[in-house]
Amino acid sequence: MSYSALKEIEEVCETEKIEFWEAVLLDDIDSRKVSKEDSINTMQSLWEAMQLAGDNYDKNEKSASGLVGGDGGRMESYYKENDTFCGSFISMVIAQALQMGESNACMKRIVAAPTAGACGVLPAVLLPLFREKGIANERIIESLYVTAGIGEVIAKRAFIAGAAGGCQAEVGTASAMASGALVHIKGGNAYQISNAVAMTLKNLLGLVCDPVAGLVEVPCIKRNVIGAMNALSCADMALAGITSKIPADQVIDAMRAVGERMDVSLRETSLGGLAATPYAKEITKRLAKQK
Amino acid sequence: MSIFDILGPIMVGPSSSHTAGAVKIGLIASRMLSVTPQNAKIFFHGSFAATGQGHGTDRAIVAGLLGMTPDDMLIPKSFEIAKKKGMEFEISEINIKDAHPNTVLLQLTADEGKELEIQASSIGGGRILINKLDGIDVNFTGDSPTLIVHNIDQPGHVAEVTSTLSHKAVNIATMQLYRDKRGGYAVMVIETDQPVPQESIKWLEHLEGIIKVTYVNVEGETYEL
Repeated sequence: MSYSALKEIEEVCETEKIEFWEAVLLDDIDSRKVSKEDSINTMQSLWEAMQLAGDNYDKNEKSASGLVGGDGGRMESYYKENDTFCGSFISMVIAQALQMGESNACMKRIVAAPTAGACGVLPAVLLPLFREKGIANERIIESLYVTAGIGEVIAKRAFIAGAAGGCQAEVGTASAMASGALVHIKGGNAYQISNAVAMTLKNLLGLVCDPVAGLVEVPCIKRNVIGAMNALSCADMALAGITSKIPADQVIDAMRAVGERMDVSLRETSLGGLAATPYAKEITKRLAKQK
Repeated sequence: MSIFDILGPIMVGPSSSHTAGAVKIGLIASRMLSVTPQNAKIFFHGSFAATGQGHGTDRAIVAGLLGMTPDDMLIPKSFEIAKKKGMEFEISEINIKDAHPNTVLLQLTADEGKELEIQASSIGGGRILINKLDGIDVNFTGDSPTLIVHNIDQPGHVAEVTSTLSHKAVNIATMQLYRDKRGGYAVMVIETDQPVPQESIKWLEHLEGIIKVTYVNVEGETYEL
């Protein structure tokens, strides 16, 4: 992709009189030398794989470590039987984020978006919108182009791997991508999308990558929930006309600077943060013995 | 990098860098060797060494060496499959100076004295970079068809290779030249827009001064359900 700034995409949208997602689609057609149909078909198959991954959740399954599994099912029965603080839609989002994260930990097939550790964020908002709110398939596909454009700019300017920049780079990026998709689904423009991205990333700035025992389980799965919730609130703020004082591209650059200064113990090495707590060390020891 | 490196790949969890990227490194290495290795020495560096086991990086590398792609549901069972197929492997840790945190060094051997030493990094989202080949620094992703020619460092080999490609209407996207010393062992890495025909590779292999030709064409993930 040729865009290295969200500002560039905004400008193309303005001069060409097109929407954010079209700017990303046209660029994909140009850079990969594929037809429009080919590009959309690839996106459609990713979307179908995401739906399938959602269907394949098994609440009775546990990860190999035994640390996680079943929480997505627990959340689902809770919101079906109780009056939740978050209301039914948000509760569905929470359950979906947990379910996808747990499927990933159980070595099931998922769609990385942008990474596997953050694979629950995007489907957490898109699946309930598609299934419960009747958002059209076509609209979802468009919004996936929006997410791809956002993710690509972040990958170019900063990073998307926890080992490189901490969880802010993984769940932070996924959250930014999801917020852009949500803004588009509700008819927001490129400027609003950029503002949603800026706000989501700012909210998760500095988040470290500290997986217990090196597994993409604790705290990763529940962080998919915060990624999705953050996306929803920032999308609503952007749609309300609220803007980020710091422009999105500068927020992305700040995220990179923070990630670069982050100690190596907080970048997926499991040497710091939650991974260095006494409980986590105990688990690590127990799992090493099981080898 | 394309938008489908950001959305996707469709992969078996739990980690795009530590699982999917590792499968891809193993797969590219075995494609470059052109057969499944009989023996693989696997050295993990950095985060691959620290947290690799929990992410299934060990099973992922072995799965790739066996020819599996990142969405293969059998990745968790790769150790058992390697045993059945008679591929021996040994896993240990290494500390490589200035390497990316997710780096692995592979020493592979197969029939007919085939050997390959490759160092590669998984740089996030399942994308990889090959950074050393038989001891020489290189830098390519394996996303495009890639031709790697090992030759004696003397005049004419670059011209031979480029004219062979031009003859087959293969366009060169990028080209990198490396050598250990003047007049020593040289490597050229050529990424192309079209696949390189088998006959061109055979032709190049027979030229004097060309030591080894390897070719990888791992097509971008096909998203089949």
